[in-house]
Amino acid sequence: MRRNNPKKSKKNKTDNPFYDPSLRKRHTAAKRFKFFAAASLITAIAFLFVFLTDMVSKGLPALKQTYVQIEVTYNEKTIKSSRQAIEKKLRKVISRAWIREIPKHVKNNPKLMNTTQLLWAIADDQVDQYIKGHHYKLKNRDKKTVDNLQKLNRVELRFNSIFFSNGDSKIPEFAGIKSALIGSILTLLVTMAVSFPIGVMTAVYLEEFANDNRFTQMIEVNINNLAAIPSILFGLLGLAIFINIFGLPRSSPLVGGLTLALMTLPIIIVTARAALRAVPDTIRQAGYGLGLTKIQVVRDHVLPLAFPGIMTGSIIGLAQAMGETAPLIIVGMIAFIPDSPSSITQAATVMPAQIFTWAGMPERAYIEKTALGILTLLTVLISLNTFAIYLRKKFETKW
Amino acid sequence: MKQNPKAISAFQSKNKITQMKEDAIKYLLIASSIISVLTTFGILFSILFEAIEFFKLKSFFYFLTGTEWSPGVEGSKFGAVPIFAGTFIITLIAMMVALPIGIMSAIYMSEYASNKTRNRVKPLLEILAGIPTVVYGFFAAITVAPFIVKVCEAVGLHASFNSALASGIVMGIMIIPIISSLSDDVISAVPDSQRKGSLALGLTMAETIKSVVLPAALPGLISASLLGVSRALGETMIVVMAAGLRPNLTMNILEDMTTVTVRIVDSLVGDQAFNSPATLSAFALGLVLFVVTLILNIISVYLIRKFKEKYKVNNL
Repeated sequence: MRRNNPKKSKKNKTDNPFYDPSLRKRHTAAKRFKFFAAASLITAIAFLFVFLTDMVSKGLPALKQTYVQIEVTYNEKTIKSSRQAIEKKLRKVISRAWIREIPKHVKNNPKLMNTTQLLWAIADDQVDQYIKGHHYKLKNRDKKTVDNLQKLNRVELRFNSIFFSNGDSKIPEFAGIKSALIGSILTLLVTMAVSFPIGVMTAVYLEEFANDNRFTQMIEVNINNLAAIPSILFGLLGLAIFINIFGLPRSSPLVGGLTLALMTLPIIIVTARAALRAVPDTIRQAGYGLGLTKIQVVRDHVLPLAFPGIMTGSIIGLAQAMGETAPLIIVGMIAFIPDSPSSITQAATVMPAQIFTWAGMPERAYIEKTALGILTLLTVLISLNTFAIYLRKKFETKW
Repeated sequence: MKQNPKAISAFQSKNKITQMKEDAIKYLLIASSIISVLTTFGILFSILFEAIEFFKLKSFFYFLTGTEWSPGVEGSKFGAVPIFAGTFIITLIAMMVALPIGIMSAIYMSEYASNKTRNRVKPLLEILAGIPTVVYGFFAAITVAPFIVKVCEAVGLHASFNSALASGIVMGIMIIPIISSLSDDVISAVPDSQRKGSLALGLTMAETIKSVVLPAALPGLISASLLGVSRALGETMIVVMAAGLRPNLTMNILEDMTTVTVRIVDSLVGDQAFNSPATLSAFALGLVLFVVTLILNIISVYLIRKFKEKYKVNNL
C-alpha cells in the first residue's frame, strides 16, 4: 500500500509485511473518537453536578431564618393594634405576620398582660436577605437599625422550622411547604389506590390469561402509546372528563390523583408484567399438578413471588407521579393553599406545583424558598427510588 | 402460562361454583385491562370534541396556516404557525444538545466503559432522568437564562430573559438520559459476533463502531431520537417557566418564543369562560400535539420492532 516514506520506519517496513503508515492516523482517529465519547458522558454527568450544586447553594440559605430580639409590650392598647407593641423603628424590621400574632400570645397566656417581654421575633424577608448577604431592598434607616441590633448581638440565624410547619403564605418568611406536602400525599394516595390494583390486574391478565389474539395485541400497543403521550394531555383529559363531565371538585386531590393514576398505569403494568414473567413456569406447572385452579396458582403462588418486583415498579411510578406538574396545573392544583387539606375533595396543591408558584413570585426571598422546596422534593424522590432499589436487591430471587 | 386452558377447565368443571368464581375474576381482569384502552380513547375524544367546538367558531385552515395569534382581543385570531415554529425551534435546539451527547454517552457506556464505570455512571444518569421537569424549569429560568443574557451582553448581543436558547438547552439536558439509556440498550443488543468479525479484519475500535455497530443499531437509534423529539414537543414545565408567552415568528434563538404546551397552559389557567374560543384553542393545540406525538411514537415502535426481529432480542 502507501509506502512513500522509506527512510522512516525502515525497520517496520522490512520486518512487518502488514505495516501500513496510515495506521497511525487511524489509531489517532480511534483515540479521538473514544475521547469524544468519554467527554460526552462526562458532560452529561457534569450537568447533573452543576445543577445540584446550583440548587444546594440557592436552597441551603433558606434552611436558616433571621430572628431579631425585641421588646414586646402587652397592654390594652397593643392588643387592639399590635403594631404598637413594638418600638417604632423596629416595626419595619419585624415580619408583618409575626406582629399580627402578638395578641395571640396574650390569649394563650393571660399572665402576659401589662408586662414587657424580651422575645426573639421573626425578621422581615428583606432583613433576612440582607443578613444572608443576598440582594435586598431596605431603606437606609432600617438598615442602620439592623446593623445596630447586630452589634448588640440581637440578630440571629436559626433553623427555619417555619418552612416545614407552615403552609403557603404571601409573606415570604411565613411560607412553608407543609400544605403542599400533605396535598402531595393525599393526591398520591388516590393515585396508588386507583392505579395499583388496575395496573396489577391488567398485568396479570396480559401475562397469565390472555391468548395472543388481536384484542391482546391492541391492549399492548395501546399501553405503549399511553406511556408516550405528553403528560399535559392527561391534564386535558382530567379537565374535560373528571371535572366537566363527572363534576368532581376542581383543584382537589381526587381529580389530580385520578389524572396521575392514568399516567402511572402504563409504568405499573410494564414493570408488573416483567415481574410476573420472571416467575418460572415450573411454579405454575407444580401448582396445576397439585390440582389448583388457574386463579389459585396465580393468587397464591405467582403473585406473591412477583410481589417485590411489582412493588419496585410501583414505587418508581409513584416517584414519577410525585414530580409531575403539568397535568395538575391544568386541573387547577396551583391554587393558593395556606392551610393543609384534610380530605381528598378539598382544594389542594402539590409540591411541584408549589415550587412552580413560588418560582413565579416577584419577591427575591421566594427564590431560596423555591430552591429549598426543590431540595425537599428531590430528597423525597431519591429516597423513594433508593427504597425501590433496596427492595429489588433484598428480594431479588435468582431462579 | 403455556398450559392448555381447555384441559384444565375440563378438569375443573365438576365444581361449578369455583368455575363461576374463576370466570368472574377473569372478567374483572379483562375489565381492568380495558381501562387503559379507555384512557387513550378518553384522551382522544375529550380533546377531539372540544377541538371540534373550537373549529366551529374559528377557521381550521387559518389555524394551520395563519401567522397571527391574538386570543384576548376583540375579533381574536388563531393562526398557530408562530406557535408551531417556536415549538419546532426549541425542540431543534434541545435535540442538538441531547442527540450528540446522548448517543456518544451511550457508545461510551456500551462499548468502552468497564463494568465498574458502568455501574457507577448508570445511577447518576437515572437521577438525571428522575429530576422533575418543574425543577429543570426553575433551573432554566433562574440560572441558565440570566447566564445566557450575560454572555450575550459580553459579546454585544441582546438576549431575552425568556430566550428560546435557554429553554432549548435545558430541555436538551432533560432528554439526554432518555436517549442515552435507550441507545445504550440498542447498541448493547447488536450481536458481539459483528464486532469481533470487524476487529478481526483489522478495523480499529472506532471504525468498528462507526461502520459496523452504529449502522446495525441505526433503526433503534432513530427510534430513541424520535422518542426524544416526542418528549421535547410535549414538555411543558420547562417552557412554561423559561420560554415566552408571546407567539413570535422569528429565527433568532435569543428572542422569546412560545410553544404549543405553553399556550395550552396559558389559555386554561386564565379566567375565561370554558366555551370561549380562547379556552377551546387549548384543545385544538392539544389535538395537534396528540396527533404528532402519536405518529412519532408509532414510527418509533415500528423501528424498534424491526430491530428486534432482525437481531432476535427480547429485552428492549
